[in-house]
Amino acid sequence: MIHDALLVAGKDLRLELRSRVALNQIVPFALLVLVLFAFALDPDRGLLEAATPGLYWVAVLFSGLLALQRSFSVEAADGNHDALRLSGLDPAGIFLGKVLAVSVQLLVLEVLLAVGVAVLYSTHLGGWPLLLVTVVVATTCIAAAGTLYGVVAAGLRVRETLLPLLLLPVLAPVLIGSTRAFEAALGGTPSEGWPWVGLMSVFALLYIVAGVLGFGPLLEEA
Amino acid sequence: MEPEHLDRPTEAAPVVHLRGAVALLGRFPALAGVDLDVDRRRIVLLRGPNGAGKTTLLRALAGLVPVTSGEAVVLGVDLVTDRRAVRHRVGLLAHATGLYDELTVADNVRFWSRAARAEAADVEAAMARLGLDGRLRDVSVGRLSTGQRRRTSLACLVARRPELWLLDEPHAGLDQDGRDIVDALVRDATRAGATVILSSHELDRSLDLADEVVTIAGGLAHREPRPRPSRSSATPGGPTSEAMS
Repeated sequence: MIHDALLVAGKDLRLELRSRVALNQIVPFALLVLVLFAFALDPDRGLLEAATPGLYWVAVLFSGLLALQRSFSVEAADGNHDALRLSGLDPAGIFLGKVLAVSVQLLVLEVLLAVGVAVLYSTHLGGWPLLLVTVVVATTCIAAAGTLYGVVAAGLRVRETLLPLLLLPVLAPVLIGSTRAFEAALGGTPSEGWPWVGLMSVFALLYIVAGVLGFGPLLEEA
Repeated sequence: MEPEHLDRPTEAAPVVHLRGAVALLGRFPALAGVDLDVDRRRIVLLRGPNGAGKTTLLRALAGLVPVTSGEAVVLGVDLVTDRRAVRHRVGLLAHATGLYDELTVADNVRFWSRAARAEAADVEAAMARLGLDGRLRDVSVGRLSTGQRRRTSLACLVARRPELWLLDEPHAGLDQDGRDIVDALVRDATRAGATVILSSHELDRSLDLADEVVTIAGGLAHREPRPRPSRSSATPGGPTSEAMS
């Protein structure tokens, strides 16, 4: 399973390095979202500052949707879906590989967005341990749930519009938890953020277990 | 009652054993009760008009399309109960190439071969055999011609060393040289112990290649007389039983 996961992750990351879709399209989109929020809320600088954690994670979620759709659109092209089923790869390995590849892309994106909020919103980034753990756990949640729902939507003609409809409600608890944890970290009260990280860790574990067990049957139905 | 060869693949047992096999595409019976036996190391040509069920039969044998009733045993695996178990042992060359456009030829062949736990030497040998070891190996698949993409798909299949080759129009899109390579690959595969089932509309070339000819029409399989003796029966130690029921 680990061999298959690393193989799939390597392939997906190589695809991204060659196509540069995330770099050329998703990163600019994410930064644009930050800029638009800044335009909308700039007259009330205090509100922008207070809303920074939420705006950051909304930008991550929207951009993550694009990365997830890209992760499955490459498998929908020219019989790749059938080739995956025939490949002998463990479906759980495929799931974990895709989660890993999406997570790596999201982590890079999140670093760039953090720089973006620091520059555009004049946010002072602090409480690093909590910030970093929150980023890792929330990213795992988004990638795991997104990969699970991505394969559900993959076989449908309306997958581009269906995936956000399926995924965003499921990720609402992650959005809330990561926002609260960021607020605690940036506000200098990290002890208030750790319980939210714990809650998100439970979600991450649930999504990963569900994906490992359910990805195979879902891949068959897609 | 289970077929006697179930889960006991031997040299003598048929590689493919279908009895009244039915496969549905939606509610349409694309296979409407197919009877078919294919012995090891044989080359079987499927022919028939468009929509007859050739592609569905190949996909069912690969474990991609469920067989909903009847008996279906491939390489000793009962497809009715567990069609996934046979997949890593078959190689399907379909109309779609199963390649990633942004990756190079070498990336694609390496990925699909590693997925099948193929040896690195087999990967290089397969690319060389298909004429992909020169400047083409580092070209993105999206920039290749149809024939070159087909060759890349074939290289992925060859490197996997499947026990059962399922080839859907393998000559389509290839130049003369490519078609000759396909024929040579098929012959070499059966000499190495594999079994090949191919569908083709290019009957001149395919009839010369095949040991058996099966016509698919209306979701049913009909055996046709063989135009020439099989190579397998002439091979010392090879299977000599009648391949088609």
